[in-house]
Amino acid sequence: MAQVFNRRTNTIVRLGIFVGVPVILALLTATWWYYTRSDWVRDVGVAHAKVQPAGNIPGAGGYSHQLHVGGLKLDCRYCHTGVEISSNANIPPTETCMGCHAQILPKSTKLEYIRNSYEKDEPVQWNKVNDLPKFVYFNHSIHVAKGVGCSTCHGNIASMAVVYKTEALYMSWCLNCHRAPEKFLRPQSEIFNTAWTPPADQIAQGLKLKKDLNIRTSSQLTNCSICHR
Amino acid sequence: MQSSKQLKPPVTETYDSLLAPGQSLNSVTAKISDIILFPVLKTPLGWIIGFVAAGLLLMLYLYSLATLFTVGIGIWGINIPVAWGFDIINFVWWIGIGHAGTLISAILLLFRQDWRTSINRAAEAMTIFAVACAGIYPLIHTGRPWLDYWFLPYPSTLGMWPQFRSPLEWDVFAISTYATVSVLFWFVGLVPDLATLRDRSTSPIAKTLYGLASLGWRGAAKHWQRYEVASLLLAGLSTPLVLSVHSIISFDFAVAQLPGWHVTVFPPYFVAGAVYCGFAMVIVLMIPIRRWFGLEGLITMKHFDVMSKVMLASGMIVTYGYFGEIFYAWYSSSIYEYYLIVNRFTGPYAWSYWSLILFNVLIPQVLWSKKLRQNLPVLFFVSMAINVGMWFERWVIIVLSLHRDFLPSSWASYTPTFYDWSTYIGSFGLFFVLFLLFIRFIPMIAIFEVRDLVHKTTAHTAEHEDSGHAGA
Ligand code: HEC
Ligand code: HEC
Ligand code: HEC
Ligand code: HEC
Ligand code: HEC
Repeated sequence: MAQVFNRRTNTIVRLGIFVGVPVILALLTATWWYYTRSDWVRDVGVAHAKVQPAGNIPGAGGYSHQLHVGGLKLDCRYCHTGVEISSNANIPPTETCMGCHAQILPKSTKLEYIRNSYEKDEPVQWNKVNDLPKFVYFNHSIHVAKGVGCSTCHGNIASMAVVYKTEALYMSWCLNCHRAPEKFLRPQSEIFNTAWTPPADQIAQGLKLKKDLNIRTSSQLTNCSICHR
Repeated sequence: MQSSKQLKPPVTETYDSLLAPGQSLNSVTAKISDIILFPVLKTPLGWIIGFVAAGLLLMLYLYSLATLFTVGIGIWGINIPVAWGFDIINFVWWIGIGHAGTLISAILLLFRQDWRTSINRAAEAMTIFAVACAGIYPLIHTGRPWLDYWFLPYPSTLGMWPQFRSPLEWDVFAISTYATVSVLFWFVGLVPDLATLRDRSTSPIAKTLYGLASLGWRGAAKHWQRYEVASLLLAGLSTPLVLSVHSIISFDFAVAQLPGWHVTVFPPYFVAGAVYCGFAMVIVLMIPIRRWFGLEGLITMKHFDVMSKVMLASGMIVTYGYFGEIFYAWYSSSIYEYYLIVNRFTGPYAWSYWSLILFNVLIPQVLWSKKLRQNLPVLFFVSMAINVGMWFERWVIIVLSLHRDFLPSSWASYTPTFYDWSTYIGSFGLFFVLFLLFIRFIPMIAIFEVRDLVHKTTAHTAEHEDSGHAGA
């Protein structure tokens, strides 16, 4: 009886095994890699900033940290009132804006939405930029009290016309610091300085701070139930 | 030469030889491949009935799993402290069953035991299907199988590896290695026979499918030489697995501190238990199959005799383990260990402990008698008893230890629910569906190995020494 397969079949199968399989594996790996850690998936960087109520075009009426923090030198705590005392940093209510904008630029069309919100007593619907899953417990006050500055986690806010995520907030990112906080710690006076850069002897300084602030060991700080309660 | 419409040979049992008299090279090939090579529409009614029954069980299984995935593990009877229930009992039970196949195909191959030839293919298939049934339990027992990739050590964004110090993580490697090596070993052994089927089948579809599966096997001397090397290598790889897989599974318990689990004898005792119920399962499957397909000439009473002896031996090791546990309880002078035994003897689940002793220790003693060993109904009954007994053993180890731990305030009891039973009984559906497909489409006896055996036994006088498979 005739052969079902001819001689070429061997070549085709070999090609499949030695070229096809590796290519498919490489494609699968690349896709997986991209879908777990690309900036696009994790919304990191200015290109992926969340769209806020007044739009994201700088100067078009959205709230700008560049203007208020970089320009007017407002302190973070003026608006983010909870940052030293609670787990939430808090987004300021409209009243905080109106404290100034009742006087400053009271007619600006760009501030229309703030005045509307104030008159109708309806909060502005800011979109959350840094968003951890609900099964993770995070607390601002401990970090701020133990020498971790805003810019370590949020980047140079004072230069941002539109706030965006600077970190992907992976668990490995949290642990990277919890395992060796000395690489990131800064003096208490620099916490709100968004342009702070580590000194040349950061590790030595960090270790000293770690000791002074009684920061716990790496094994204690990587205990699962610190963050997954 | 042979027509597929053979008359059923009159059942004459062969007691002292591995082949009934009168087998020739051609009769073996025809006998085994004719079971497979007849048109789909002429599938025997018995097979169809069996397949439908197994299929229904499989549906029950799928239904239970679907409920588990949508509702969660709350549908099971597990609780705190009895957090492991039927899921882990059945897992250990099924994986134990697989061990006989590996033992028969690998260790007995290395020791050149000819009696394995007629049964190794089916026993290996049983291994693979049992490992499949077993492997599903750990994958589903969290109720969230879509997160199973967390078992694997891959570079994740969590910045944490799985806990390599945990025996549960060792299980992942032990079982996946075992499954891979078993499948490879089985498949490599199949290739020459698939080629035989390719050459003997007449339908173009069958020819193409068997042709694909036989990987271009032409039976050249080079092919046989590579085949020999590959199967020897795989046998070498499988041999330690027979011991390691169940040892590692026993670590799931032995590494924990719980009375009844924290026992150093567990690894050998688990391995012996696995061989024990694995052989029992081979016998339970083989007795009906050889009758249905008229294979009395190839699977003889001698085979059953040898397998019963293996069962008897491993059963004695297991029995030793049971006495050992009682001894340790007394010798440790730990009140917790002591209470464990009292609880097994007289506690709320004492019935299960005594069933275990009845099924695993008392009933199998009849195998000491050669006459009873060669009486198929008795052997079937004893093997069933051993399968039940080994299930009870896992029940006793898991439930009885968990439900009474150190603090009386945390004691509780465990009652399996409908879904516990349906995920267990349903898994037989999966097993038998696979097994029936196997005996319908794949030679359940290794044709070329039996031909080799025929060659060796018939050419005995013609000063043919051990010629390996090259002569087949
Ligand atoms: C005048 C009030 C004000 C001050 C001062 C201010 N912010 Fe904000 N901040 C806001 C408002 C309003 C939002 C929400 C709008 C947005 O996300 O664009 C916000 C958003 C943020 C966010 C993003 C929150 C999220 O959704 O994840 C961060 C981070 C942040 N601010 C950090 C800072 C830091 C650091 C400082 C000090 C250096 C600071 N802010 C000072 C008003 C203020
Ligand atoms: C400490 C006072 C102060 C507070 C509080 C404050 N602003 Fe301002 N804001 C200013 C000043 C000063 C300017 C710049 C005026 C100028 O450019 O002449 C300004 C400018 C703006 C502009 C640009 C308006 C335009 O027409 O160009 C917007 C939009 C704005 N603020 C939004 C807000 C929002 C939203 C809040 C509340 C989260 C807020 N501001 C809180 C002082 C404040
Ligand atoms: C250790 C890293 C870290 C530091 C330091 C840090 N933040 Fe955050 N911040 C986060 C994370 C993570 C979130 C998201 C929290 C969530 O989604 O629950 C967040 C959220 C916020 C938000 C959104 C509102 C909220 O509470 O969820 C604001 C505003 C904010 N941070 C401001 C600040 C300011 C101001 C500082 C400095 C005083 C600061 N953060 C320091 C990590 C940090
Ligand atoms: C740059 C360093 C750094 C990063 C990044 C960081 N942490 Fe921390 N975290 C610390 C330090 C330092 C402490 C204080 C430890 C101490 O007091 O012993 C701390 C403490 C905590 C605590 C309080 C522990 C307790 O027992 O009360 C929680 C919760 C926590 N971190 C969660 C997180 C989470 C979640 C993330 C990631 C989203 C994160 N941290 C990222 C430095 C960091
Ligand atoms: C410092 C804080 C922190 C600690 C300590 C921590 N985690 Fe996490 N964990 C996180 C954060 C943040 C995420 C979310 C990551 C993300 O969004 O990709 C997370 C996510 C996870 C997830 C993924 C959940 C899901 O559904 O995607 C698992 C699993 C997990 N953690 C397990 C652990 C285990 C196990 C430990 C202890 C060994 C641990 N974590 C310790 C912060 C922490």
